[in-house]
Amino acid sequence: MNAGALVLVVVQVAVMVVLSPLLVGVMRQVRARMEGRAGAGVLQPWRDLRKLLGKETLQADGTSWVMAAGPVVLLGSSALVCALVPLVGTTTFPLVPDDLFVVVSVLLLGTVALALVGLDAGSAFGGMGSSRHMTIAALVEPTVLVSVYALSIPVGSSALSAIVEARIADPASIASPVSLLALVALSVAVLAETGRMPVDNPSTHLELTMIHEAMVLESSGRDLAWLELGSWLRLGALLGLVGSLLVPWGIAGDVTVPALAVGVLALALKLGVIGAGLAAGEVFLAKLRLFRVPELLAGSFVLAFLAVTASYLVVQG
Amino acid sequence: MTGRSRTQVLDVTREDVAAALTSRLGAGFRPAMVAGVEDDGSFRVVYVLVRPADDARVELVLRTSGVRPTIPSLAAVSYPVGRFEREIRDLYGITPEGHPLPHRLIRHGHWPQGWYPMLRDADPTPRFDPDVGSFPFLEVEGEGVYEIPVGPVHAGLIEPGHFRFSVVGETILRMKARLWFVHRGVEKLFEGRPPAAGIELAERISGDTAVGHALAFAMAVEDAAGIAVTERDRCVRALLLELERLHNHVADIGALANDVGFGLANAHGQRLRETLLRINKATTGHRLLRGGITIGGARLVALPDVDAVAGVAREVAELADLVLAGSTVRDRFTGTAVLGANAALGVGALGYVARASGIDVDARRDHPFVDLGEHFAVVLEQDGDVLARFLVRVREAAVSAALVRDLAARANRSIATPYAPAVDGPGAGLGLVEGWRGTIAHRVELGADGTLRRVKVVDPSFFNWPALPLALADTIVPDFPLANKSFNQSYAGNDL
Repeated sequence: MNAGALVLVVVQVAVMVVLSPLLVGVMRQVRARMEGRAGAGVLQPWRDLRKLLGKETLQADGTSWVMAAGPVVLLGSSALVCALVPLVGTTTFPLVPDDLFVVVSVLLLGTVALALVGLDAGSAFGGMGSSRHMTIAALVEPTVLVSVYALSIPVGSSALSAIVEARIADPASIASPVSLLALVALSVAVLAETGRMPVDNPSTHLELTMIHEAMVLESSGRDLAWLELGSWLRLGALLGLVGSLLVPWGIAGDVTVPALAVGVLALALKLGVIGAGLAAGEVFLAKLRLFRVPELLAGSFVLAFLAVTASYLVVQG
Repeated sequence: MTGRSRTQVLDVTREDVAAALTSRLGAGFRPAMVAGVEDDGSFRVVYVLVRPADDARVELVLRTSGVRPTIPSLAAVSYPVGRFEREIRDLYGITPEGHPLPHRLIRHGHWPQGWYPMLRDADPTPRFDPDVGSFPFLEVEGEGVYEIPVGPVHAGLIEPGHFRFSVVGETILRMKARLWFVHRGVEKLFEGRPPAAGIELAERISGDTAVGHALAFAMAVEDAAGIAVTERDRCVRALLLELERLHNHVADIGALANDVGFGLANAHGQRLRETLLRINKATTGHRLLRGGITIGGARLVALPDVDAVAGVAREVAELADLVLAGSTVRDRFTGTAVLGANAALGVGALGYVARASGIDVDARRDHPFVDLGEHFAVVLEQDGDVLARFLVRVREAAVSAALVRDLAARANRSIATPYAPAVDGPGAGLGLVEGWRGTIAHRVELGADGTLRRVKVVDPSFFNWPALPLALADTIVPDFPLANKSFNQSYAGNDL
């Protein structure tokens, strides 16, 4: 059991490290093509990473060890999320549960690390980005918790792998009102958490409107590479979680080579479809006024809360 | 149509200049420019006032000594005049006495003390001093107030400007723009050139306003020398002016959408702009319409493809509908950065910025050089927000496209005659042109040999920049780029 879980964790993290930059590349390419541009190709994020890793890491005057540690913590927490969330398979360590509360805590660790990186250089933009980032995080995390909690009630376990296994066993539960409400709420929260439209514009050059980009402005070289890869891994893991909950098929139930191969292929396919769909949707969206973002997130929290309420009704009925 | 007879020149003294200005402003005049001029051993300050109602023009001329020159400040009478006084102080060393806001306006921190670039004996390339004196930003105090400095180097392809925001949370309490990083000495470069050689310089005052500035310059020279322009050439000039308005408006319609993250509209805006630039290239041989205006006339390679222009205009209307169809974009535009009509009047705002706040100014109607016909209308909106400025530009683009068709047909009916008139001096003249940003004013003085003695250039941005901070009350920081884009002032045209 333990050896199998170890293999699965290694496979999941390795696959996500390979796939996440490609996912971002696919999303950028889809957007470029839909806007009539040629685009840089799906491999461009990988090229960017290679370039950044080959560069000298410069640190602004007055920065502290946080500037170097923050990116590593973000990358580590993102990798841990990739290990915990059932993406390729559902086998888990008995000691480190893939409990949803653990996953959300690890996510929050990365969020705080990124915010500290933004604050450390003491520039106005970094502080502004961190302030907005924490505001949004404070609104997003409860929604993520409550929506996955709603999914866990019918299963009787808050372990993500148990939820996914239950969905494979009973596909009808995916289309239940509880499940749909919770998935919509979770999707909105994921968009906000990963800095996608309409909350944040990942391709803007306007410093004053930035959230995520403002926090990484002062980082360079290897630090920036870890920040970018860490953020992409988060995006990949969260979209993958939505994919696993929405379309649980293909996820390996045991650790065998054919099952894992199918799991990896299924994951790549799900991420590709979700990413392309998200990018295509973003083309037709404009960015919300910052003060409207809480309204959007409050709406998603209400959906998550309704899902919890509904799940109790269903269980009792 | 133009002629020196139109401009009334009055000598005023230190004592009666304020009364003369006040009575003219009360009679419907607005200050178009205040120009300093250096004569032998003395200075003149020329207050140019124009009246939109009947195109009347008055020059009040105040003479001052060459040693420690001073003028009485009229900032209390008119805000824009007060800014011109500070400009003259920084360029000529003429002190406005009793100015309520006496700190430097265009003087850059690195300029040596006592160096006034427009003086005849000024060293054109002085050794720059270190920037010792700090710029007088007002510090806003209070709990939770912090400052955000932005620029002058920005992340995108933007001209240099430094913005200092005093902010509580995300709400802007105060914004101070520090501009004037791009002083090129354009007005000085005009001096001594023959007028024909001034055209190429005027075209480069602000790269996106080649026709506007070249035309204002040419009309000022023609006014000074009494040169008449044929009806056909005046039609061609108006045609070029509308083509320039069209390509700038189209680009900004897409760019405004891009600033709220709606990149799809920007992709279309850029595509339409490119189509227009290629039409421009076929029309004048230059994508930004350089070379079309000459002293005494206009020069075309070919008349523009009016059907292609009309096609672009149709697509622009569709694009504007697409932009405003999204409730998010509409929400971002509506009520953002409101410039009230009183604020716009107070700073003397011009162009679409003024018209979006309900101020009815347009030099094409107020100071006409050709009858534009039935399709011309001054576009007005009342709300003064980003949406109003967007709508004014969308509707003006439609008007421009209609005018292009009319003017091309009129220009086509008459034959072009190559024409290079002799320019005789001395004389002084004024050119007023509605460029795409607003009313451009050039004042030219010709020497006895017909060369340029003094050229004073006023881009509408000089009037409009102070309107931006006024519009930012109750605006949040992440909306500033959108607000700034909706004004889209020129930095280079402002600085010269």
